[in-house]
Amino acid sequence: MANKIVDEEAKKQIGTVGEARTYEVERGAIRRFAEAIGDPNPLFNDEQRARKTRFGGMIAPPTFCRSMGSPIPNVKLNMPAQFRGLDGGSDWEYFEPIRPGDRITVQSKLVDLRESEGRLGPMVFIVIETSYTNQFGELCATQRSTAIRY
Amino acid sequence: MAKQIYFEDVEPGFEIGPLEKDPTTQQLVKYAGASGDFYQIHYDKDFAIANKLPGVILHGALKNGFLAQLMTDFAGEHGWLSKLSVQYRGMDVPGVKIVCKGRVVRKRVENGRHLVDCEIWLENAKGEKTTPGSATVVLPSRAA
Repeated sequence: MANKIVDEEAKKQIGTVGEARTYEVERGAIRRFAEAIGDPNPLFNDEQRARKTRFGGMIAPPTFCRSMGSPIPNVKLNMPAQFRGLDGGSDWEYFEPIRPGDRITVQSKLVDLRESEGRLGPMVFIVIETSYTNQFGELCATQRSTAIRY
Repeated sequence: MAKQIYFEDVEPGFEIGPLEKDPTTQQLVKYAGASGDFYQIHYDKDFAIANKLPGVILHGALKNGFLAQLMTDFAGEHGWLSKLSVQYRGMDVPGVKIVCKGRVVRKRVENGRHLVDCEIWLENAKGEKTTPGSATVVLPSRAA
């Protein structure tokens, strides 16, 4: 069956990048994020104890990156304006710790567009890859996330 | 910090966790504030019901955070969470306890790094795996 929404024209948008955004990582923001998850790990909460670890100070928990959003590429799809959205999941890769005071540049890229037929009609899978790069140009993390629209 | 686990301490089948969570609506509001995700299905019951949901539901990313906690606890100070994948298959709601668990699937050494591949999941009180996933952790080696 031919795709109704993700046609050849729509697929041309794959590879589009969104506007980059840069955040300064605040120690309090890291603590509040860890507290929201209920994660008491001293690495994410306690500078004094974290200093005695191999990291030499506090670092951000792995999913802290979720608090540093970046505009996703403006995906144009032939869908009703009132679609519903679901978060399908994320695939993360971590390379370098993120620390208080870091300036993290966040940028998203549309890496895939797929369509399948769900119980409630067509479902579109929008796959976005987001990179998180620090002030030294080191890639700290990547997140591949799947948004579902139906 | 908890006692450090080493590469030599684990074998396929080694069980990780459990990490129990008892999320409340207050926790969802805290997570909305901390993450900046203000989609109303996570704190506005009327909005959630109007969107055909049973009520407010947990942010998928909060469950991702719980599973990340499971794995950073496992990795310890000298370990490193290298990869983490989660798929949101089922909804979870506040007021219902959930448990994060994992199991070592494979051990390997790659470019001198001691890697442990794990399957991970979050299950509800009925034992349904609402959020399955996988993770790769670098562990320190006693031999290194």
